[in-house]
Amino acid sequence: MAVMTQARPDTDDRPPPVPRKKVNRWATRAPLLPALIFLIIVTQLPFVATLVISFMKWNSLDPTNRGFAGIDNYVNVFTDPDLRSSVVNTIVLTASVVLISLVLGLGLALLLDKKFAGRGLVRTLLIAPFLVVPVAAALIWKHVLYNPEYGLFNGILNWLGFEAQPDWISSMPMTAVVLSLVWQWTPFMMLILLAGLQSKPVEPVEAATIDGASSFQIFRYLTFPHLRQYLELGGLLGSIYVVQNFDAVFTITSGGLGTANLPYMIYQTFYQAHEYGEASAAGVIVVAGSIIIATFALRTVSSLFKEEKR
Amino acid sequence: MRPKWVGHSWGVLAWFCGLVFFAPVAWMFLTSLHSESDAATNPPSLLAPLTLEGYGEFFDAGAWPPLLNSFSASIGSTIIVLLLAIPAAYALSIRPVEKWTDVLFFFLSTKMMPVVAALLPIYLIAQFSGMLDNISFLTLLYTSMNLPIAVWLMRSFLSEVPKEILEAASIDGAGLLVILRRVVAPIAMPGIAATALICFIFSWNELLFARVLTGVVAGTAPVYLTGFVTSQGLFLAKVCAAAVVVSLPVLIAGFAAQDKLVQGLSLGAVK
Repeated sequence: MAVMTQARPDTDDRPPPVPRKKVNRWATRAPLLPALIFLIIVTQLPFVATLVISFMKWNSLDPTNRGFAGIDNYVNVFTDPDLRSSVVNTIVLTASVVLISLVLGLGLALLLDKKFAGRGLVRTLLIAPFLVVPVAAALIWKHVLYNPEYGLFNGILNWLGFEAQPDWISSMPMTAVVLSLVWQWTPFMMLILLAGLQSKPVEPVEAATIDGASSFQIFRYLTFPHLRQYLELGGLLGSIYVVQNFDAVFTITSGGLGTANLPYMIYQTFYQAHEYGEASAAGVIVVAGSIIIATFALRTVSSLFKEEKR
Repeated sequence: MRPKWVGHSWGVLAWFCGLVFFAPVAWMFLTSLHSESDAATNPPSLLAPLTLEGYGEFFDAGAWPPLLNSFSASIGSTIIVLLLAIPAAYALSIRPVEKWTDVLFFFLSTKMMPVVAALLPIYLIAQFSGMLDNISFLTLLYTSMNLPIAVWLMRSFLSEVPKEILEAASIDGAGLLVILRRVVAPIAMPGIAATALICFIFSWNELLFARVLTGVVAGTAPVYLTGFVTSQGLFLAKVCAAAVVVSLPVLIAGFAAQDKLVQGLSLGAVK
């Protein structure tokens, strides 16, 4: 520091900046520390423990047989057909829910971007599915809509005079779970895309209309490029939440009929089978997968973020 | 110009979609107001007499303790989140620390870690420290679950305070506390309220932690609802009444804060 002051003689007449600066630095950091320390303790340390347990032989029903297991748990996870199918289920469930609700959400957002009587009310009606507590929503789908004897779907079929009374959940379990989740997540996508549509600048569209562009051309060359980052954001945030879905799988099928996803599988391995080591190994694998998604997610969010800073 | 009916038909289509999406919610309300025998008919009985029996049964069956547990965990964690997030957001926006973007992204990255990966150690800690089935322990977990989102949100709300006003106030000789109270607080207040609502909704909805870590005493409303998962026979009105009552706080909060809800769920990236 002394060298620097000598190199810049014009600062000689000021009070020495060093001690003040140090105090300031801690004064600006201090408000951040409680939140940071709390989060590190509650979210990072448990994961380190998960990592350690994943290399251990540990079944809580067999306490004498505990010890180091090497990579056995990981080998078990990758060779267990149930766990492998839960990986596939997670991917199928997440991808189909996110893609279908993005497409439906885009359609609804485009509709709601037009002016019509009662637009605010329709928007409110559309948000409702997202605001029903997830377990409650799953219960309603299971008992009130899908039930083969007195569910609404078969009731409507009966009303319309169809003879068929399908058992929705057992004949198409994965579709049943996906449909209920699409119903919950479409409003979320619609809200994000609608915010995107309404932040679109008006002038280019007006100019294009004057130049004689068709409404398809306007959508293709003006609206869609503007919406792209909102579509990415919706897709990535949707993936983060739907990948972790537990409520719908647990409630609608209880993980049966080939619908168990990774969160449900880990829950079961640890909570019902008491296989702590194996559950932890599966957890570590989920995190590894999430890091891949998260890398893309952070990149998307940070591109939005740069735009905001500009 | 286009004929008028084209514009009308978009409106009709939008109304149709809105009603289709709302139908399960409407049906849930209606069924909750029917008697059990009217609720379980096929074809469905729209015009059956209304009754509050389902609600009566739901509350008689011991719904109050889980509802109160949910309220105390959700409100408690929301208060702690705000106490931790507001100073942190201040340090990330108004007087930014160096490398503040890195810190901000660290907060976000904790949110991307699936909770199942930390579930077992947290369960073991709760077990060894005698905190299983304890609502305070759950409150702390909900705090950590919501803190990253709250920091992001609060940062984006605090960044909306114009730099010029802050500079002008400090040139006029206003101290830090005066600036916070007179300049920052009035602008940030709606943002704080929205953040609080979103944290409340997430805590209220949470099932996995509550299911694993609570039991008889500290069970929350979603855990109580899982009691209906396998229920067979004529319980439709009661199930619907339960779903309505448990969803009501979120429905009210969500309708009240529709725009802020989007901003919150997209971590402040969408305005």
